[in-house]
Amino acid sequence: MVIVNGMEDEDKWLAEGIAGIQHNAVCLHRALDSDNLRDALKYAAQLLSELRTSRLSPHKYYELYMRAFDEMRRLEIFFKEEDRHGCSVVDLHELVQHAGNVLPRLYLLCTVGSVYIKSKEALAKDVLKDLVEMCRAVQHPVRGLFLRSYLAQISRDKLPDIGSEFEGEGDTVMDAVEFVLQNFTEMNKLWVRMQHQGPFIEKQKLEKERNELRDLVGKNLHVISQIEGVDLDIYRDTVLPKVLEQIINCKDELAQYYLMDCMIQVFPDEYHLKTLETLLGACPQLLPTVDLKTVLSQLMERLSNYASSNPELLPEFLQVEAFSKLSNAIGKVIAAQVDMPIVGTFTLYVSLLTFTLRVHPDQLDYVDQVLGSCVKKLSGKPKAEVSKATKQVIALLSAPLDKYDDIVRALTLSNYPRVMDHLDSGPNKVMAMVIINSIMKNKTCVSTSDKVEVLFELIKGLLKDLDGASTEELDDEDFNEEQNSVACLMHMLYNDDPEEMLKIICTVWKHVVVGGSRRLPFTVPPLVFSALKLVRRVQSQDGDVTDEESPATPRKIFQLLSQIIDALSAVPAPELALRLYLQCAEAANDCELEPVAYDLFTQAFVLYEEEIVDSKAQVVAIHLIIGTLQRMHVFGVENRDTLTHKATGYSAKLLKKPDQCRAVYACSHLFWIDDQDSNKDGERVLLCLKRSLRIANAAQQMSNVTRGISGPVTLFVEILNKYIYFFEKGNPQISPSAIQDLIELIKTELQSDGITLPWSPALDPFLTSTLRYIKFQKQKGGAMGEKYGAIKL
Amino acid sequence: MNFIIDAFKPACHVSVTFADAKLRKQVALKKENGQTEMVPLFRSQDNIIGTVSVEPVPGRKVEHKGIKVELLGQIEMYSDRGNFYDFTSLVRELDIPGEIYEKKDFPFEFSTVEMPYETYSGINVRLRYVLKVTITRGYPGSIVQFQDFVVRNNSPSPSINNSIKMEVGIEDCLHIEFEYNKSKYHLKDVIIGKIYFLLVRIKMKNMDLEIRRRESTGSGTSTHVETETLAKYELMDGAPVRGESIPIRLFLSPYELTPTYRNTNNKFSVKYYLNLVLVDEEDRRYFKQQEITIYRLAESSEQAEAL
Repeated sequence: MVIVNGMEDEDKWLAEGIAGIQHNAVCLHRALDSDNLRDALKYAAQLLSELRTSRLSPHKYYELYMRAFDEMRRLEIFFKEEDRHGCSVVDLHELVQHAGNVLPRLYLLCTVGSVYIKSKEALAKDVLKDLVEMCRAVQHPVRGLFLRSYLAQISRDKLPDIGSEFEGEGDTVMDAVEFVLQNFTEMNKLWVRMQHQGPFIEKQKLEKERNELRDLVGKNLHVISQIEGVDLDIYRDTVLPKVLEQIINCKDELAQYYLMDCMIQVFPDEYHLKTLETLLGACPQLLPTVDLKTVLSQLMERLSNYASSNPELLPEFLQVEAFSKLSNAIGKVIAAQVDMPIVGTFTLYVSLLTFTLRVHPDQLDYVDQVLGSCVKKLSGKPKAEVSKATKQVIALLSAPLDKYDDIVRALTLSNYPRVMDHLDSGPNKVMAMVIINSIMKNKTCVSTSDKVEVLFELIKGLLKDLDGASTEELDDEDFNEEQNSVACLMHMLYNDDPEEMLKIICTVWKHVVVGGSRRLPFTVPPLVFSALKLVRRVQSQDGDVTDEESPATPRKIFQLLSQIIDALSAVPAPELALRLYLQCAEAANDCELEPVAYDLFTQAFVLYEEEIVDSKAQVVAIHLIIGTLQRMHVFGVENRDTLTHKATGYSAKLLKKPDQCRAVYACSHLFWIDDQDSNKDGERVLLCLKRSLRIANAAQQMSNVTRGISGPVTLFVEILNKYIYFFEKGNPQISPSAIQDLIELIKTELQSDGITLPWSPALDPFLTSTLRYIKFQKQKGGAMGEKYGAIKL
Repeated sequence: MNFIIDAFKPACHVSVTFADAKLRKQVALKKENGQTEMVPLFRSQDNIIGTVSVEPVPGRKVEHKGIKVELLGQIEMYSDRGNFYDFTSLVRELDIPGEIYEKKDFPFEFSTVEMPYETYSGINVRLRYVLKVTITRGYPGSIVQFQDFVVRNNSPSPSINNSIKMEVGIEDCLHIEFEYNKSKYHLKDVIIGKIYFLLVRIKMKNMDLEIRRRESTGSGTSTHVETETLAKYELMDGAPVRGESIPIRLFLSPYELTPTYRNTNNKFSVKYYLNLVLVDEEDRRYFKQQEITIYRLAESSEQAEAL
């Protein structure tokens, strides 16, 4: 056969075959029309002879077969009408067997056989048994398969099934089953044999052709499944053992796979469940190359669908120990299929796990068992190999998370982390993210330190550099996202009991502390805030009963907080640390813990002094410090003085004059705290403001010198606003005249500034609106109006 | 003119009718000229009774020196054409010399005639039974008329009828075991059997079962054997593998068989063989021939083979 012209030739041959069939069909029709039996048989045999070709691929052969099939239907109708041909069915049965060629003879015999059964002149089982035996004569795989599928086709409606007209009187369901089984067995043998037909180079083509034919074989199983009378007993005692025997003995990869799959698909789930042991027992006996993972996955999927279709079925599953049987079988299959790639192994486990989760969602130990098996399988495998099955392992680990909205259940699985350990750092992180996302999605609250411990053990891939992996390679964006997720996760850890909560925090800290400089800035703040939340809660609860025995006292928490924030110094992240210190200090303030607060402030100042060198950062920091300090009420005079003094000192030492100026006037608030009468030092407020004025002035001059024009008067206006603020607050040191002077000063400044332009309100909106405010206050009347009365504009 | 033509015309019409012609079964007999003729069928020991009618051409008389009817059983070798060997010869004188003016019937009877051999028409030999009516005349020569009839002899079912079972093969290539259910079959019988493939290292293409007839004539050094294949029946299509068994079911009725004639008067024998032929993909043939005996079973005892 010339391969190149193969296709064309085949088409030609097919066309010839069709022409042959058509030609003979015309003659056949003529013979049928004239009720000429002898001619009818002659032309039918000639027509069927076209099916003797060996030159067509199964696909093309099928086309030919279908045409012949249609003609056989006509012939069958003719056979049925005895008065047309005057030949009894018994004689007809002999007559067709006179055909010299075996293939046409058998097609005709099957056709007559169909009529024979219908006539009920013989037992259906005898006719069927004879036919299925006689068909042995065709040993050519393709021709044999089609012949037998013809037999299957014509016999389908004539099986002695329960309720069928052919049942009874010696014909039983068992006869039907045996007939179909035998036909199945023979067809499978032919099908399997096909692979040995051609030369080696055509192997692939052969496999393809075989695949095209598989449904002819599988059809038989379908037919059995359709037999009403095949109940569980018959299935278990006859059908299943025989089919499995055939599947096992045929020793063919394609057949074993296809037929196992077929069995699972065509028979009811109930039968599978009840015969699980037998069915599964066959699996390890199949060839090691058979794709059993797909087969078993299908089975488990079907069973789990079955289980979920009706909750009342669950006891049955338990009764047959479906899980342990499946689990066992999978173990055996994996042991038997030495060459099964790890991907396959895990696909199996994923299916088993899915099955378990769907059928026995309450049996966490089952889930754990599955994971345990995985661990066993994984141990001793190099990570490189495991990495090939990453997707499966992730699926495996994700399954319980998807099932249990509540991650906490998954956390009780002792083998869960052990499986994760086998993942490479990359997939490990992916998995960790899956876990976190699951928690976030379900808003699961993790409430004990034990669980937190487990959880953080699971996501440790995100918490620290695992062996061999460095954060350097990571994309910044990914890294940030991961760490943000971890940060989010921390907010999901909560317990109402402060003691437990503290434990949780400690646990988290234990895990987070090893995160290294890139992670700490992400992980520390949420932890700090979480601790601060706890502090506030403890404070509000234990307001009256301060139990020093309790481990969760604010004092202790603050100690921990110090430690935590201190870790940032190694990063270093001074700005962040500073902010956190200040936050803590404020919390300490709320707890009335002066020494703690003082200490925290000290830490903040130390950071400011030693670590924060960037001037812009300094500006931000100093304002934070001032702001926080202003709100502190816990300090005694001395401590307060020290701190305010420091703060003012820093303010005055800022690099840029405007920054200095603003910091200094901000400091003025440190001496005037509205709700603390003890803390209203008007003089020092004024001092600050005057000092800032000086600085502003200096800044103005500097600008004049360096740039030739003086800067905007913004600073002055800002200071003016401070004046007005304190004036309104009733600082006795701020007199209306001082305000008036300042306004004058600003106006002068403006005039000297704008040589070319006379001052107009439009020139400085800030000043304008400030002045408008003063006017407004004046006109408002009342005590405030009176107070403002002294100011003249 | 008329006179001359008339002189060459048979002077009379001679015909033979059998007494039980209406009841007797007629069978087709192929004549030498290739045409078939329906003739009565007899068995050995039958009484052959009938009438010879001599009907002179109107207006003429037949003058004869005697009329006789002979029953002849003849064997004719085609190699020795024209020479008949009569193994049976019976004569009945029907009339003393005299003259016949009008149609005259002469009844005759051969009682319980021994006709051990069956009518047979083979490739090299023919066995026939004939009634020969001779009206002996001086001049213009005797008038001879032949009436063929066919003899077929039924046999009882053999008391011993073993199956044929045999294992054959070519070492390390092909081993088969075949089984035919009987060694003796009647003419309308069915051969049932099986072929087991014990070892197959050859790619088979198909397998046929042939029915071969071996006709041997003559004896000693002049023995002449002709074999013809009367049936070629495909048993199997494709290549079987070890362990396969292929069913055989061959109906003999469609074929023109005769019973086995082991030794017909030392002149010839006709034997039948089943030839199992396996053809491989390179069209090489492997065969095994096995003699079977065919016999004629009485019609009444013939039973339709169930399935």
